[in-house]
Amino acid sequence: MNTTILLLLAQDGVTNGAIYALLGFGLVLVFAVTRVILIPQGEFITFGALTYAALASGKLPGTAELACALGFVAFCVEMFSIRHQFTTGRLVRATALYILAPALALVLAQFACRGTSSATINIALSLMIVGPIGLYLYRIAYQPIAHASVLVLLIASVGVHLALQGLALLFFGAEGMRAPTITDVAASIGPLRVTGQTLAVYIVAASLIVALWLFFGHTVYGKALRATAVNRIGARLVGIRTVLSGQIAFMLAAGIGAISGILIVPMTTIYYDSGFLIGLKGFIAAIVGGLASYPLTAAAAVAVGIVEAFSSFYASNFKEVIVFALIVPVLLARSLSAPIMEEEKD
Amino acid sequence: MNRIVFAAAAVFALLPLSARAGDEGKEIVIGITLSTTGPAAALGIPERNALDFVPKEIGGVKLKVIALDDGGDPTNATNNARRFVTEANADIIMGSSVTPPTIAVSTVANEAGVPHFGLAPMPFTAARLKWSVDLPQPIPVVGKVLYDHMKKNGVKTVGFIGYSDSYGDLWMNDLKAQAAAMGIQIVADERYARPDTSVTGQVLKLVAANPDAILVGASGTAAALPQVELRERGYKGPIYQSHGAASMDFIRIAGNAAEGVFIAAGPVMAPEGQDDQSLTKKPGLALDTAYETKYGPNSRSQFAAHSYDAFEILKRVLPIALKHASPGTPEFREAIRKALLSEKEIAASQGVYNFTEQDRSGVDERSRILLTVKNGKYQVVK
Repeated sequence: MNTTILLLLAQDGVTNGAIYALLGFGLVLVFAVTRVILIPQGEFITFGALTYAALASGKLPGTAELACALGFVAFCVEMFSIRHQFTTGRLVRATALYILAPALALVLAQFACRGTSSATINIALSLMIVGPIGLYLYRIAYQPIAHASVLVLLIASVGVHLALQGLALLFFGAEGMRAPTITDVAASIGPLRVTGQTLAVYIVAASLIVALWLFFGHTVYGKALRATAVNRIGARLVGIRTVLSGQIAFMLAAGIGAISGILIVPMTTIYYDSGFLIGLKGFIAAIVGGLASYPLTAAAAVAVGIVEAFSSFYASNFKEVIVFALIVPVLLARSLSAPIMEEEKD
Repeated sequence: MNRIVFAAAAVFALLPLSARAGDEGKEIVIGITLSTTGPAAALGIPERNALDFVPKEIGGVKLKVIALDDGGDPTNATNNARRFVTEANADIIMGSSVTPPTIAVSTVANEAGVPHFGLAPMPFTAARLKWSVDLPQPIPVVGKVLYDHMKKNGVKTVGFIGYSDSYGDLWMNDLKAQAAAMGIQIVADERYARPDTSVTGQVLKLVAANPDAILVGASGTAAALPQVELRERGYKGPIYQSHGAASMDFIRIAGNAAEGVFIAAGPVMAPEGQDDQSLTKKPGLALDTAYETKYGPNSRSQFAAHSYDAFEILKRVLPIALKHASPGTPEFREAIRKALLSEKEIAASQGVYNFTEQDRSGVDERSRILLTVKNGKYQVVK
């Protein structure tokens, strides 16, 4: 072990940690607003990564069609639930959101994969496809049971995760994909080689943190989300539409997941089921942050990344064991320090 | 009236498969459980695809193939195998795609006394010897070609990086058993998991140990991850890959980093380059041509070859068994078992099979070749 290796490992750890941090944010955001533990977060990574990789290699990503199909189901669910308070305005809004938006994305994707589109367009399109999938999932699977207990929501999450994983296999096949790097720029600082890709990871992670902070602190929607997180009933009493908050939270989480996927797919091979394990590491970070604190989640995520890098060097056989064992002392400390709360009542 | 027709149709649909067949003795039922979903889907899907190219009848008797998915889960595989035995009255069971469900299927087959063709490497115990045979090449047979090549090129030290599961263990143990005996010293043992996104730590340690060669014990496109990382971190020595990695997708994912790699493979990956008298050439060409016509250029797969080869073996043994007994009876299954032992030099795309009471994989050095990658294409190393 010398300084060079130390630095290289730290760099690897921070890069992965930044991605775990993004995923942790998504989890904290969704849990705070909707009390859903977002197990399908991993699938958003997969969808984002594979959609981007497919577009980059000039193929039509299956997720574009999936978004249309899910949008249609969500539209039907929406129509059924508003059948007693039907207005034209609602019909127009639902049609635009659930039918036209994914159809537009599909048409654009068809154009994009025919010619050679730039990386920027591919990224934007991937987000346009995967982000709404989050929203539709909320409409289909979670909104009808929004008032159920955390456990019921968790079980629903497991179901959604399994369903999405099966769909990913159907749409992308069992073999992995890798995308070209966003930029080939690279600079050397001493022994460290900083590629444009790792730089992009740091920049995106940092700017998303700032963007989330601005969103929650300075916009009406952000404040509405926070209010919903603090007290659902109170928020409804002051006129905040908690349903809308849930939808926004899911769309943001899906978007964040997709961005993580797009960032990671040029650096490694992503399979239809890779997302779950990556998402789990974000989950550890979110747990350390108590599923509530963003700064704590970010710090924990970087710690997870660094522990992972060093354990892969020292004891690669036990890497996952070490990483996931991190959660045990944290849970112990939390359960000892937290006041005893009554069981949740339905 | 309509209701009666409906009821009759429903009852008919609910009848067990065997009862519906009615005219027993006219067809041979083959039950196949594969992992077409779940973590082993990359293996199970080509195995199922290959079923399009197997014969529909052998020795004038129709084959009825029932393929089910077990998701790589031993419990599901057990259930599937029991369904084959009890509901379908299967004469032959095949599967599954990875080791744990294959063991599960073998257990059921040996209990029930039904011939079983394993499609994934599996450990043989006394209880499984009687009815199971296993098609993939055992790791010691494949490993030998890699170690011989290392030895010939003056490799004194070797570093290992492989899966942290049984596949990685099998290779590490074989490396210890065979290569160490040949005077090659193992200087590093690093592990990673298939879904890992980074192997930087492991690779840095390997590069620091600076062995003469590195062996990667991983399968599928995940084997490309250390390949790429090693070249990126400036490792210049030869890299050896196991037959689990030999696929066209490996080159697609590893790109330039794949150049010059040495990969052990089954002969089906390059039948074109084989001698004309080689027994594996004809079946290999037949399968690859059919498979690539349907699934696109460069889609050939060793996994597809395993399920295809099971039927190549059946082509030899079923006509013999049919002389002794009729399908659907225990006597017929016993006749298949005996024919598997009596038939010699069974040519298939992945090897030439000679099963014995003890050697249940039955392959020799004709079941492996050594490939290298040049200009993005596989070439046979002579």
